[in-house]
Amino acid sequence: MAAAVSAKKQGAKQVLVIERDSSLGGILQQCIHPGFGLSYYDEELTGPEYAGRFIRQAQELGVKTLLNSMVLEVLPDGTVICTNAEYGITTVRAKSVVLAMGCRERTRGNIQIPGTRPAGIYTAGAAQRLINRQNEMVGRRVVILGSGDIGMIMARRMTLEGAQVVAVVEIMDFLAGLTRNRVQCLDDFGIPLLLSHTVTRVMGNRRVEGVCVARVDENKKPILETEEFYPCDTLLLSVGLIPENELSRTAHVEMSAITGGPVVNQCMQTSVPCLFACGNVVHVNDLVDNVSWESEVAGREAARYAMGQLPQSAGTVTCEPGNNVRYICPQHIALTEEKAEVDLYFRVKLPEEKVRIRLLCNGKELGKKSAIKVNPGEMEHIKVSMSDLTAGKLEVHVAKGV
Amino acid sequence: MTEKQITCIICPIGCRITVRGEDDTVLSLEGNQCIRGEAYAKNEFIHPVRILTTTVKVEGADTPLIPVRSDQPVPQEKLMECMDLIKEVSVTKPVLRYQVIVPDILGTGANIVATGEVL
Amino acid sequence: MLQTDVLVIGAGAVGCAIARELTKYQLKVLVVDKNEDVGGEASKSNSAIIHTGYDAPPGTLESQLVVAANPMYELLTRQLDVPYQKVGAILPAFTDEQFDKLPALKAKAFQNRVYDVEYLTGEQLLAMEPNLNPEVKAGLYIPRENIIDPFLLVVAYAENAQQNGAHFLLNTKVTGIRVENGRVVGAQTTAGEIQATYIVNAAGLYCDDVAAMVGKNDYTVNPRKGQFYILDKNTTCKVNHIVLPIPTKVTKGKLMCPTIHGNMLVGPTAEELEDKQDYSTTAEGLASIETDVRRLIPGVNLRDSITQYCGLRPNRNPEGLHVDTYDDVKNYVNLSGVRSTGLTASVSLGKYVAQRLIEIGMPVNFNSTFNPIRKGIPRFHEMTYEEQDALIRENPLYGKVICRCETITEGEIVEAIHRPIPARSVDAIKRRLRAGMGRCQGGFCGPRVLEILGREPGVPTEEIRKNQIGSHMITGKVRGERVIANV
Repeated sequence: MAAAVSAKKQGAKQVLVIERDSSLGGILQQCIHPGFGLSYYDEELTGPEYAGRFIRQAQELGVKTLLNSMVLEVLPDGTVICTNAEYGITTVRAKSVVLAMGCRERTRGNIQIPGTRPAGIYTAGAAQRLINRQNEMVGRRVVILGSGDIGMIMARRMTLEGAQVVAVVEIMDFLAGLTRNRVQCLDDFGIPLLLSHTVTRVMGNRRVEGVCVARVDENKKPILETEEFYPCDTLLLSVGLIPENELSRTAHVEMSAITGGPVVNQCMQTSVPCLFACGNVVHVNDLVDNVSWESEVAGREAARYAMGQLPQSAGTVTCEPGNNVRYICPQHIALTEEKAEVDLYFRVKLPEEKVRIRLLCNGKELGKKSAIKVNPGEMEHIKVSMSDLTAGKLEVHVAKGV
Repeated sequence: MTEKQITCIICPIGCRITVRGEDDTVLSLEGNQCIRGEAYAKNEFIHPVRILTTTVKVEGADTPLIPVRSDQPVPQEKLMECMDLIKEVSVTKPVLRYQVIVPDILGTGANIVATGEVL
Repeated sequence: MLQTDVLVIGAGAVGCAIARELTKYQLKVLVVDKNEDVGGEASKSNSAIIHTGYDAPPGTLESQLVVAANPMYELLTRQLDVPYQKVGAILPAFTDEQFDKLPALKAKAFQNRVYDVEYLTGEQLLAMEPNLNPEVKAGLYIPRENIIDPFLLVVAYAENAQQNGAHFLLNTKVTGIRVENGRVVGAQTTAGEIQATYIVNAAGLYCDDVAAMVGKNDYTVNPRKGQFYILDKNTTCKVNHIVLPIPTKVTKGKLMCPTIHGNMLVGPTAEELEDKQDYSTTAEGLASIETDVRRLIPGVNLRDSITQYCGLRPNRNPEGLHVDTYDDVKNYVNLSGVRSTGLTASVSLGKYVAQRLIEIGMPVNFNSTFNPIRKGIPRFHEMTYEEQDALIRENPLYGKVICRCETITEGEIVEAIHRPIPARSVDAIKRRLRAGMGRCQGGFCGPRVLEILGREPGVPTEEIRKNQIGSHMITGKVRGERVIANV
């Protein structure tokens, strides 16, 4: 939606949003909790409110929508083929396409929890949809694996609805999600958080009857002597998100092995020139506000591309993750004559306190800032001016000290 | 005198602040690294408040629930009591965003308002 | 009271194949099963391979049935509209010890009259299977080892049987068999008494319990657990054939092969068990698969696993596939020891059991209206855009994709719910259509499938189960009256 609004504002004549659900707003519609828009709107909104603002703006600007439509294929020339109950197989020819399919949740199968396969194992997002939109209560006595934000938010949600959340279990020795969610979702309700623990086994043949939880050693291997049985009827999983890029792959977009999303430049343009991408399909974000900003860029640049206004690149800067940096988005910067600031988003590998973030272009320091604390769960950000850059490589380093 | 451990959520540092005091009076604060943390910890000690978000039943519509929130924070200790009340409420369509569903819930001054729409 | 000519106990691949075969005669055929769906036990968790029988114990009934069955699948799967693919198997030798075993394996294949087994050189094998361990010296090629959709095979047998007049009674457990004057006359079940002239025990894992009801428990079923990995279709290291290890004295070993839908299947373990309900995967079992399969395919990436599961082979003690009839318990056929080759043998076992029934006196009146053709639910994702478009115009529900990983539409789900053998559980939908079997494992489509499973037959969602009784998906409404006390 943010990309569509931005494309329209940039002057694109026709902008179409294709959505598989029956309403706009995507996953925000089931995220009924607050915490959205603190930076983008400078107020605290819930998911439906945040989505509502973009929907209204899109409608006012004349963005067209095609709901209940699943895209089956995106071709490298900008042709989009989708299926729709009313129109059948529908082909849309676009001058540029913004991929904004979001992400999906990692599953029990991905993390390979041994044990039986009974009813009562849900990803946190599936449980959230069932509870918040479909009026279906998924369980009464719950263990949550993973301290991701959705997991903690569901711990509070289920507690408010009368369920007992026995524990939130996290394999790492630090919280995966935001501290504010630990305080307001777990601490407020006295829900125990077990760091350096994991679920080692699921029990119960029909419905979940309980799970075994054990402490893990420094290699994340369960210490069997510490295994303890927790009776419960439900196991919720909040164990990470994966960008959903089936369409990008079939469109032959170059992918990043680290983010699981398309490789993009500062315009959010992929390796296929008419295809742009933004949001969690590119890299999993912690805050919707960042997604909106990034999507504005994608929408604006996709509109400029469609109108033939995107300048030629005079060279490329490759962004390389340096010390304690897992990845940087965008992965490269196409140098142009335009005076512009480029936003670099990155995640650290490990939590660290009192750090210095340094930006080096071909060995020359272009910028630095200090941070009191960095955390893999929280996206970091640094700006660089295009005019300072020279073709070659741009590194971001995070190291302790001043 | 009571003592409370508070994790500050103002910034990502997440200072662990120890607050000592009695009722509405804070006697000592330890562990905060900034002034904003001090204000936060004082409020959390004296009177923690939270935005409550949940859902309300919609009768006779395709969508069974509508998301709602309190339009201002309510006392943290009243969250469950508010829930008990909201669980008994239902609405019929149409419901517009920010329509008041429960006015002045439990006398807190906060209204429970719709955050979604059912038309 | 229900009355039938033949009562088949067990709606797995074998029970359903027998039922289908029997509908070729003018008979009332009734199949009962304790599960909520057909194929709910061993038939749902196996390696999905149609074997040639090259390695069966020569001269045994199992060898005869498997060897005879293999060539039948080409026609059968076309008649029943079941996905079936010819891929072939290879048996590579990496060590001298393994290399030395090849002649004996080929000789055994020939004893089983599987004459198309051939030697291949290491280079030939690597050309066929580039991800194979490059240390391969030579190996065997078994061209007719093929892959099938095992869930749809069972459903197709059952639907075709029903279409030809057979009846199915699911969620029904047999609790006793009535024997009068040395012959069976009926069975007691959780759905009441059933009068039957002939009874066939095809209860698989529980066939010893059923046999005990007529006093013929001269064997036991010792489940042998097999754990498997399923890998994402996008996994980088794939194979094109069924890649088998050279068997040792102890075990046939762990294999890697494609599934009919393009995933990779890796496993199984072989663990002797006592407990027939121990369907749990274990960290040790899964780790052993990794170690063993790496010797065949060093690049296999088990991190790309989308799920792990476990099947129980109904292994017989003493061993061997048996089809028994008795002088002192007449009109009764007892099947036992139908283990991992049972899926393949189902089609020939159907015919063999029918013949045994005829031999013990079952009347032979051909059913002239028998129709061997069963049309499955349209498979949207396999169609061209033109075909998809035509289908959506006929029924708009086919335009709405519910499972995005496997591209399964609402039209398909609704049809599965209303088929002659209706899919009423989450797993029944998954097995027929693959909704929830893809990489998100139902994370996206699960809530939607639940909604449709409630809406279509008009059942409250609280009653929707994953599979058996007690496997409720939800525990009540968030807002509203219904609350289920015990889950």
